[in-house]
Amino acid sequence: MRYARALVMALLAIGGAAGAGCKDKEPEKAAPQTAETKTSAAPASDTIVIGHVGSMTGNEATFGQSSDNGMKLAVEEQNKKNGIKGKKIVLKTYDDQGKPEEAAVAATRLVTQDKVLTFLGEVSSSRSIAMGPVADSNKIPMISNSSTNPKVTKDGDKTRPFVFRVCFIDPFQGTVMAKFAAENKKWKKVAILRDVGNDYSVGLANFFTETFKKLGGDIVDDVSYKAGDQDFKAQLTKLKSKGAEAFYVPGYYTDVALIARQAKELGIKVPLMGGDGWDSEKLYEISKGALDGSFFSNHYSPEDTSPQVKDFIAKYKATYNSVPDAHAVLGYDAANVAFHAMETAKELTGPAIREEVEKTKDFPGVSGKITLNKDHNADKPAVVIGIEKNAPKYAATISP
Amino acid sequence: MTEFLQHLVNGLSVGTIYALIALGYTMVYGVLKLINFAHGDVYMVGAFAGLYISRGLGVDQEPSLAKAGVVFIGAIVICAALGVAIERFAYRPLRQRARLTALITAIGVSFLLEYGFQLPPVIDGEVPFPPGPTPRFFPEPFARVDFEPFGVHISNYDIVSLVVAVGFMLALQYIVYRTKFGTAMRAVSFDASVAGLMGINVNRVIVWTFALGSGLAAAAAILVAGSRPSINPLLGLLPGIKAFVAAVFGGIGNVQGAMVGGLILGLSEEYVAGYLLSSYRDGIAFALLIIVLLWRPEGLFGRVRAEKV
Repeated sequence: MRYARALVMALLAIGGAAGAGCKDKEPEKAAPQTAETKTSAAPASDTIVIGHVGSMTGNEATFGQSSDNGMKLAVEEQNKKNGIKGKKIVLKTYDDQGKPEEAAVAATRLVTQDKVLTFLGEVSSSRSIAMGPVADSNKIPMISNSSTNPKVTKDGDKTRPFVFRVCFIDPFQGTVMAKFAAENKKWKKVAILRDVGNDYSVGLANFFTETFKKLGGDIVDDVSYKAGDQDFKAQLTKLKSKGAEAFYVPGYYTDVALIARQAKELGIKVPLMGGDGWDSEKLYEISKGALDGSFFSNHYSPEDTSPQVKDFIAKYKATYNSVPDAHAVLGYDAANVAFHAMETAKELTGPAIREEVEKTKDFPGVSGKITLNKDHNADKPAVVIGIEKNAPKYAATISP
Repeated sequence: MTEFLQHLVNGLSVGTIYALIALGYTMVYGVLKLINFAHGDVYMVGAFAGLYISRGLGVDQEPSLAKAGVVFIGAIVICAALGVAIERFAYRPLRQRARLTALITAIGVSFLLEYGFQLPPVIDGEVPFPPGPTPRFFPEPFARVDFEPFGVHISNYDIVSLVVAVGFMLALQYIVYRTKFGTAMRAVSFDASVAGLMGINVNRVIVWTFALGSGLAAAAAILVAGSRPSINPLLGLLPGIKAFVAAVFGGIGNVQGAMVGGLILGLSEEYVAGYLLSSYRDGIAFALLIIVLLWRPEGLFGRVRAEKV
């Protein structure tokens, strides 16, 4: 009898402790990962919640931050115009720390807990590829702002019905740089240094190789590194001896800046070339002039004199006190494409909005006219940016 | 030939770093038979300690040799204190338990440091604390000067790193084999309980071993961060594992073994990436370990010690 009572007491104690433990832990768990822009989280009927998954911290932190700034600007403007169908828009941003697995978790959370009608993101292709299945299986449209790998909107050979993007894709971006190297610069020998663990970098390197060879160029060597490496001197020393006229380094800005510094330290004087993953003010801050004379392909140039671009730059500067990079522009465009689709949609449900996003045609974005093709990609011209005196300078525009 | 020599220079500069970190692994193993998996993260903390001190001194505005010295010594002291704290609070309470318990605790401490440093900031500032997962940029502690003998590029950073690293290794060699403390250390390593009976303060020897090893890790971190300026909380992961490989490769528990192991690992990585396949750069570290362990399970310099029953 005494044992029985003791047992009951013990069970109660354990149960109580466990319950208390759970209660204590839950808010703690939820708190650190959210980086909300608006605190009113409840999807009340007079608001529309849209989501953003971005790398607010981590190796590519400026990608997420710029995109988020662009999106916030778009939301603010739309809310001033009385929102969508009279409802205020609330932007909910989650940080994925630059990790694909976190991006998938964040997307799932936006869809299942925050009940978003559309979500935007990511800049990195590896992370967007991880998010795509979430959009499809929950029938909520996803609009990627700057992911350029073809696989983002594809599920094998099929196009993912709910995944879209407002930027061009890598076969085009790789071609642009290959054309620029072969035709504008008349380079014959190029060496490649790619990030093997990154879908974006591998894709760009392959498409560049294909076109450059077709144009009569020669890829003298093709070596690889891994994102987050500290030392690139082994690869660079190897490439130095191959007599290349330029190196193609389609990576992200943190690694590229370190690569450029170490190349300079090894006495390598040839220019580097890259893609839109270079576009961050941190690139200049870290490389400290080591990239002078280099070129990268991008979605827009702040030197563009069209009224739309000028207007956007002025607004952005007034709010954030800096010149927007391409990811800010594409974040703004992605949000506006989503708003336009929501306004024209018959009802505010995922599938209805999806129908409208798919119809996007000649939408006047800051990065150019956006028309989504049957693969859900935008066909737009690319610009080539040169780096002079540690600052970006417009070099050329290349059309599809 | 120039290319070969350039790889040699690069390999030595990476190898000395591995060697410095490997020394910490090997010393702790020698004394406690514990593989201190948190050691790579102590190295990471060393880099951040250096960064905070540099910020405090304003090294990025006005670098000077004196400030570089303060950064260097400061980081070493902070890490030595961290090493002592880890030993006191994480390992000592478990010292009489099964060895596996301490090993798992070491992995736990490693995660605590890696993910603790990625938490949202508590103290705000230009570089907040904890710093979060965004990479931070380490200011150059002194101006870079490049030399170019025979077409091989060497900077004053490479030379300073090599001199400091070799200096530390020689000093350690002296401490372990020529001083009273070193004798005590070797005695504890041979048999802790008997050493205790002979009047050696075992706890004090262990504490100093941790302090020394962690200080060396901090020195390595500052040498790396000075010339490869991007640092983040997961910085210690790969160098930590590779230095562990270097220590096992040289014969874990053996001081010369760790030095030679680190240098061989750095050089082989460099030559594999330079002449064979760059994507196998990290793989080579582990391939080397497997080959050496198949051929000499005790490592290059290790001695087989009969298990006492």
